[in-house]
Amino acid sequence: MITATNLSKVYNGVTVLHMEHLDIPNGQSMGLVGNNGAGKTTFFSMLLDLIQPTTGNIFNNEITVSQSEDWKTFTSSFIDESFLIGYLTPEEYFYFIGDLRKQNKADVDALLATFEDFFHGEILGRRKYLRDLSKGNQKKVGIVAALIGNPKVIILDEPFANLDPTTQIRLKKIIKDLTAQKETTILISSHDLIHITEVCERIVVLDRGELVKDIITSAATLAELETYFSRDLATEQ
Amino acid sequence: MFKRLFSLEWKSFFRSASVGKSIGLKILMGFLALYFTAAFLLFGIGLYPLLQEYFPKEEPLMLVNRFVLVWLTLELSYRFLLQNLPILDIKPLMLLPIKRRNVVNFVLCKSLYSFFNFLPLLIIIPFGIYNIYKHTFSTVSIIGWMVSMIFLTLTINFANFIIKKKFTDNIKALLPIVGIIAALAILDYFKIFESSIWFGKGLNEILQQPWLAIIPMLIFIFFYKWNQKDLENKFYLDASLKEEVKDANTKEFLWTKRFGDLAPYLQQDLKLIWRNKRPKTTIYLSIIFLAYGLIFYTNDSYAEMPAFYIFAGIFITGIFMINFGQFIPAWDAGYFPLIMAQNIPLKRYLTAKAGLITVSVVILAILATPYVYFGWRILMVNMVCAVYNIGINIPILLYSGSFNRKRIDLDKSPIMNYQGTGAAQWIVGLPLMVMPVLIFWIFYKFISFESGLTVLLVMGILGLLLRNKAISYIALRYKRNKYAMIEGFKQSGQ
Repeated sequence: MITATNLSKVYNGVTVLHMEHLDIPNGQSMGLVGNNGAGKTTFFSMLLDLIQPTTGNIFNNEITVSQSEDWKTFTSSFIDESFLIGYLTPEEYFYFIGDLRKQNKADVDALLATFEDFFHGEILGRRKYLRDLSKGNQKKVGIVAALIGNPKVIILDEPFANLDPTTQIRLKKIIKDLTAQKETTILISSHDLIHITEVCERIVVLDRGELVKDIITSAATLAELETYFSRDLATEQ
Repeated sequence: MFKRLFSLEWKSFFRSASVGKSIGLKILMGFLALYFTAAFLLFGIGLYPLLQEYFPKEEPLMLVNRFVLVWLTLELSYRFLLQNLPILDIKPLMLLPIKRRNVVNFVLCKSLYSFFNFLPLLIIIPFGIYNIYKHTFSTVSIIGWMVSMIFLTLTINFANFIIKKKFTDNIKALLPIVGIIAALAILDYFKIFESSIWFGKGLNEILQQPWLAIIPMLIFIFFYKWNQKDLENKFYLDASLKEEVKDANTKEFLWTKRFGDLAPYLQQDLKLIWRNKRPKTTIYLSIIFLAYGLIFYTNDSYAEMPAFYIFAGIFITGIFMINFGQFIPAWDAGYFPLIMAQNIPLKRYLTAKAGLITVSVVILAILATPYVYFGWRILMVNMVCAVYNIGINIPILLYSGSFNRKRIDLDKSPIMNYQGTGAAQWIVGLPLMVMPVLIFWIFYKFISFESGLTVLLVMGILGLLLRNKAISYIALRYKRNKYAMIEGFKQSGQ
């Protein structure tokens, strides 16, 4: 269970995130949507203790993230390219992450084998450093690395952006397979309403730092979100 | 159009690089620039009277001419090492409706406003004026000479870019050219074929017939046009503007496996050092500075002041420690969020860094053993300094690292690169180098040489025993500062 209480972040007097209370039960897949500046990345960064909340706390399985480092053993994430080590080849990067998560080479190889079609032959065995891969391929590496070591909590910031259509569809399948087992808590943000309603059981909408909608996904959710995000257009007409 | 490009340049200068630089660094750079300016200017003014005094039989200007070729060769070589054509900056301009030729001309003209082109003027102009004042030749002749010299320098400016472009991919192809230059130098030295004299005679000819100054001008124009053509043809993303992709080196450093838990971190750091330009130079520097001891040991005046041996010992065994350690954790700046969010306990991260540096100190101490040639005392000093470095200086460096807020881009050229340098780097030098020297000196002065060494040794061993505790404490500091570090490492620019 991930719990945020009374959470807020203020930069120079501007509140960029304010969350009274948010509970994410174990095994839930939650999608975070919102326009630019809504506070999605800020929320993820606070969950990973990369920035300090102005008020409040986040608890990741009863551990206060800013107090103890113990949540790191079961939490993995991919936010942006600053989570990649540019001068490693993809294999080396996977093994390094594997080492950190107590997985030996064989474990990592076994996991990578299941992602063969996701990689589409463009990642492994190419003798290229990560910094020389295209943005899309870098993203693939980062996403797969976040799945190494059976983490209980996975955080992906805009995983669909920059991916080609085939890979987007494959990624959806990967996430759906993970959520079907109900063992992994997955937090995803995205600007693609179709994808996110398809893979997440719950959608949380942020608007300028405020939590404005919290919906359990149903057949009507996509339409509801589309109406919500086109409200400005509607009022203009 | 030129004006607009110029204003872009102006903004890029004031809004990025210099703004982030700390005041201390700016002052240092300012001093360096001032120093070189003053040195060159003084040389330029003093050249004529000096030559007249030491070579009264020769005409100074003709004497100078003989060495012009040597100077130009030297200039070419240091420009080759230090000067770059900022070609990548034109990428954003490609899409805009600006004529290709304009952009190319702009880049080329911009390169003229370089400190490298400014320095020779400080010699050429005062020396020329001195000659006019002394009426050695007709004023027109000397102006012709000055113009020729200026254009020759500028030719070097553009020739360098051509050479660089041809050889950056394949540095080995440069060997034949270096060979030819070396051969000419040797022939010159043994007076078999003196190319520098012939070149000097050519310059003397300009003094006789000033209109010949047109020749250097033509050479200059030729090189300028060559650059222009070259750049225009390569005005595509996939030609010169793209940074080349190198085949990955997949060395595994398997021997690190024996370090158990720390192995992945050590491997990581070794790859960091091995595969990136700037950290790689720390290795070369360490090897070069091994020879540093020679300055102290061969000079008898230091024999009475063994405190200098301590300084040398700390330096020799700790040069890698200093060069690499002072930028921990900024080396990892590019992926610092990963380090912070992954399953990496800070303490283990720091222990691994300390381990790597310890290994380096041990290796350097072993490599420094031949200094036993200068006496057993020297060997002892170096060994004690190594222990002191391991025990005391490594924790100090790691501690100072918690103040690092400045990003390091691993792939930028290391020469004259002060990126990542802040106040922490300057302040930490004091306890690192001065403290052991001072402690030793006190004991040496009031008790004995041996007692001074013993104290340093005991301190080092104590530090080693308490390392675990010290690192726990330092990890707490890192934890407290981590948000500021993450924020700081995100800022690009200097």
